[in-house]
Amino acid sequence: MTPPVAQGSIRRRLLLLLLLVSAAMAVLLYFVVQSVAQQVAQDSQDNILAASARSVMDGARSVEGSISVDLPYSALSMLDSVTDERVFYAVWLGPEFLTGYRDLPRPPLRDQSTMAFASREFLGEQVRIVSVGRPFAVHEGQVLVEVSVAQTLSGQRQTLTEISHMALAIGAGFFAISAILALLVARSTIRPLDLLTASVARRGPKDLRPVSAPVPHEMVPLVASLNTLMQRLEASLARSEDFIAEAAHRVRTPLAIVRTKAEIIQRSVTKAENRAALREMIHAIDDSSRTAGQLLDHAMVAFRLDNLAQETIDLSALVQDSVERLRPISEIKDITLMVTASDAATIKGDSILLQSALHNLLDNAVKYSPAGSRVEVALRCGDFGPRIDVRDTGAGFADLDLERLTGRFERGTNSSGIVGSGLGLTIAKDVIEAHGGQLRIGNNPKGGACASLLFPWS
Amino acid sequence: MRFLLIEDNSALAAAVVDRLSLDGHVVDHAGDLETAKDYAATTEYDLILLDIMLPDGDGRSFLAHHRDKKTTTPVIVLTARSEVSDRISLLDLGADDYMVKPIDFAELEARCRAVLRRRGGGARNAIVLGKLEFNPASGTLKVDGTEIQLRTRELRLFEVFINAPEMVLSKPALVDRLFSYDEQVTENAIEVYVARLRKHLTGSGVSITTVRGLGYKLVHA
Repeated sequence: MTPPVAQGSIRRRLLLLLLLVSAAMAVLLYFVVQSVAQQVAQDSQDNILAASARSVMDGARSVEGSISVDLPYSALSMLDSVTDERVFYAVWLGPEFLTGYRDLPRPPLRDQSTMAFASREFLGEQVRIVSVGRPFAVHEGQVLVEVSVAQTLSGQRQTLTEISHMALAIGAGFFAISAILALLVARSTIRPLDLLTASVARRGPKDLRPVSAPVPHEMVPLVASLNTLMQRLEASLARSEDFIAEAAHRVRTPLAIVRTKAEIIQRSVTKAENRAALREMIHAIDDSSRTAGQLLDHAMVAFRLDNLAQETIDLSALVQDSVERLRPISEIKDITLMVTASDAATIKGDSILLQSALHNLLDNAVKYSPAGSRVEVALRCGDFGPRIDVRDTGAGFADLDLERLTGRFERGTNSSGIVGSGLGLTIAKDVIEAHGGQLRIGNNPKGGACASLLFPWS
Repeated sequence: MRFLLIEDNSALAAAVVDRLSLDGHVVDHAGDLETAKDYAATTEYDLILLDIMLPDGDGRSFLAHHRDKKTTTPVIVLTARSEVSDRISLLDLGADDYMVKPIDFAELEARCRAVLRRRGGGARNAIVLGKLEFNPASGTLKVDGTEIQLRTRELRLFEVFINAPEMVLSKPALVDRLFSYDEQVTENAIEVYVARLRKHLTGSGVSITTVRGLGYKLVHA
């Protein structure tokens, strides 16, 4: 069976997707926190700057057509209170510079009564500047007094860096928690699939019942088609078994009629050559029915080998059963079937197959032994595992080429005249090898064949 | 012996009935399960031969029905199916033995004997001839009350003779009864077994005499 091709993993894909999303969320969180913090910091600084500028402006008076500006102390001290920032200011009366830093940049006012903010560089430092304008009435008409107050940003930047570190930590924490959650989610999503796999894998080779355990909605189509497949498989197996049975029935019933009639006729025929012809006929019928039987057995064996059962088998009971089954047939030829040794041994395997294997060896032994002889069966537990030896006192194997003798329809060179299909040893070999053992054949020193089934310890 | 044959193929059934009556058995034939149950209920049989595939059901249901009635008549199942896979279920259901078609009648005879021996076949069929007492069901031969140990083939030869006392049996007829078809035998083999049997029968008042040119016959002096 070719292993299924694995392409990608749902668990991995799900995990990757969830991690990507949470990473994006963490980065977004970081930037949002940072930008909000910056906004808040700037707004509060702007408010203080604006308040300071306004209080400077409040110190400006128009007295009898001339402008005087009093710098209130509180106006600049409120800026000092935050940190040790540096503070600059400038007061302009129209285009005329009044006091403060002449070079302090002034953000342009859009109209006369509002204020404007700007971030600029001044004396080598980043500063935040606010300009406030207010028109005053003088002799010449109206003049715009403009107050600019600036403050350095180093303290604010430090606070922002701290906040940004915190935002980074929060983002990382968020990512870590999401990663753990993603792992759990991926696992719990895959879990029903794992459960289904386990419940199907646990089944025995013959268990073709539909899967009845509840599964998630999305898996219902999969399980439904799996069940349909198993149903079809079961039906097809049943059909092929029925077919084998039906085929056997069709072949054997007419053979049975012919054989029985031939035996009846044989009783009334006296002429020697007619009798010989009838014997040959019955012989041929036996031959073909045995071949049909062994072909079916061989098909059955091949089928069962594909899904080998693992029952616990008592080998000595198996030997007794097989011997008792064959005893009446051996008695027809006055052959004594003897169990000479029977150690206790159990193995794991398919009892029907092993019975078939042993039956074929015993059947061979009885078939090839002369009338009045004996066939010995021994079950022993050697160092290498249990073994069953079947010894007869027949002609023995003419050649000991196991490979050739266990080929399909191959028969020994000295087997002519004896009913056989050439499948017996093939079946025995296939069965024992499927159980991890081996078939051995040999000749006894005193004559006769010996066939052995060697089992591994299990 | 009295057999009940349950087999739906009438040609095969007729042939089997004919074949078994050649050996002196009485056979009733039932073609379906219903008839078979009627026969089995009214007549006592020595053995039932049961086909598995029947028109009105599976032979297994007859087995179950038969065992429920606690009768002791042994059942040999005739099956056409692959023998190994069917065997266990048949024996579990209470069949005494099973045979695969086509029926080898020598094998059938051997299996009947084995089954009846296992079930301790009664003495009701014992044949007594002078000092001889023979129980065909269990295959035991007694002379003056002492059992004589015979090998299977000697026993079967004796069975052929005692079922036809004073009748001349030819060598070919004896070969048919005694040897299976996959053995290569000559008629001389019969002489060997007759000689052995004569030795066992010494002093029993029963002997096997040679009828020159025709064969042998069992006589009671």
